[in-house]
Amino acid sequence: MLDIAVRHRFSGFNLDAAFTAPAGLTALFGRSGSGKTTLVNAVAGLIRPDAGRATVGGATLFDTSAGTWQPPHRRQIGYVFQEGRLFPHLTVRQNLGYSRLFPSRKSDAAEFDRVVALLGLGSLLERRPGALSGGEKQRVAVGRALLSRPRLLLMDEPLAALDDARKAEILPWIERLRDETDLPILYVSHSVAEVARLATTVVLLEKGSVIRSGPAEEMLAEPALAPAFGVRHAGALVAGRVIAQHDDGITELAIASGPLFLPRVDVPLGTELRVRIAAQDVILASGRPEGLSALNILPVEVLAVRQGAGPGVMVQLGAGSDRLLARITRRSAEALSLTPGTRCHAIVKSVSVAPADIGGDGPA
Amino acid sequence: MSWLGPQEWEAVRLSLRVAAWATLISLPLGLLTAHALARWRFPGRQILNGLVHLPLVLPPVVTGYLLLLAFGTQGPFGRVLEAMGAGVAFRWTGAVLAAAVMAFPLMVRAMRLSIEAVDPKLEQAAATLGASRVWIFLTITLPLVLPGIVTGAILTFAKAMGEFGATITFVSNIPGQTQTLPSAVYAFLQVPGGEGAAMRLVLISIAVAMGALALSEVLARRIARRIGQA
Repeated sequence: MLDIAVRHRFSGFNLDAAFTAPAGLTALFGRSGSGKTTLVNAVAGLIRPDAGRATVGGATLFDTSAGTWQPPHRRQIGYVFQEGRLFPHLTVRQNLGYSRLFPSRKSDAAEFDRVVALLGLGSLLERRPGALSGGEKQRVAVGRALLSRPRLLLMDEPLAALDDARKAEILPWIERLRDETDLPILYVSHSVAEVARLATTVVLLEKGSVIRSGPAEEMLAEPALAPAFGVRHAGALVAGRVIAQHDDGITELAIASGPLFLPRVDVPLGTELRVRIAAQDVILASGRPEGLSALNILPVEVLAVRQGAGPGVMVQLGAGSDRLLARITRRSAEALSLTPGTRCHAIVKSVSVAPADIGGDGPA
Repeated sequence: MSWLGPQEWEAVRLSLRVAAWATLISLPLGLLTAHALARWRFPGRQILNGLVHLPLVLPPVVTGYLLLLAFGTQGPFGRVLEAMGAGVAFRWTGAVLAAAVMAFPLMVRAMRLSIEAVDPKLEQAAATLGASRVWIFLTITLPLVLPGIVTGAILTFAKAMGEFGATITFVSNIPGQTQTLPSAVYAFLQVPGGEGAAMRLVLISIAVAMGALALSEVLARRIARRIGQA
């Protein structure tokens, strides 16, 4: 568990933030310039904040009032940078094994094999970073950080430099990391899609201050936070290509799992579109319903059911390679006996065209 | 080498020895200076930068004279060295000093450029993996600046082989003691019938210079390939 409270002054910008990151993946969410990376760098020891203190699992990283300061190499904190930062003169195997040089950070051979298997790095070991794709580089960077016996893993927009295909390639690995290790992760992101998919806790940062933090399901489903998230409430993003403009004012989109119909979007055929399907606009049915006014009924598979504190649960659904979110009541989830692997139908009440900046890139 | 006379052969051997020592001595100092100029911010940094580059822009005879003033038998450093029995004035070690000083800017420039090309973010990444400053330098910075070190060393060696002005001013032109290859060429050209010997030495000079440049190219390229930057 990470506990941090810092004050730091830049030219024209004040960071004054405090939060706690429990076990699981904590997403530090905010627009660029909100101070996310500065906070993470303070945790790693790459900058010295003007004032404040931080502890990980009870051990103090720094405490300006007591005058304590642990240099970065003594903190035992793994850091996955946006650009990977693999050492170009070392092979993947040597990059992964770099921390073996230092007794307190040395992991054993079994751990090496486990991480290589977890991240699917077996076939890359003898290559040099220059011969890796962007997605492969990030996987190696994650592995390298994991093998340094971290007490905490920092990830600063590890997907930002990747295109959508590479992002999709990495996301499942990060999910495995979150679910299969008990390492707390602090994950910086300005993408609601990433946060919705990965986070167990969300810390919302704006202009250098923490507005609010809490469990991801609640944070994303919380109407009061909608302004802070922009128009991006809880909901999934789906990418598709416009394949038809129908005479009755309906635009047809090809998404991974089939056609998706939405009210007319005036773009030429072939345009790549991202749409947002709000979690509360999705209804689940165990059988394929007939006689509904909804245009979009997608066959889906339940991937995860996340229990919030309230009466609602967030259900993560797989529709082909796309992910959807549905916010339903716990009672309904129990009635439909939804568990990972359950096949059902998602009735999508409405689909909206996402703003251009959601999910990183691509036109909207 | 029967086609070289004893005096010519002496000059070639002396030059090789002077150049090798000048390169060896400058390597650690050059690396430290280049690292300081590239990475550290300290008062007097610009002055250090200027001092390092001075021999590049001063007339060599001026540098030689300044060395004579400082390291000559009556100079402040010279007296100390003489007392220790390590005087350099009019000895081959003085030729080493002159060559090292004259070649130093070239070495520092080559190393500094390659140190500046190393992304400090890689060094930060190494720190988060447990590396202290010393380990970062040894395992990340040093291997990545190796091409610059090799280039700097070879340039220094070639420059030291050819140094003339400062050397002849500082340690004169004593056969077998301080008569390096360029000094010998100069000496042979001053006497009638010396052109043949001078020409042989000139050819050796050209061969050494070309060889050094070619070697530096090949080595730099091979290292760059090995560290994945080419």
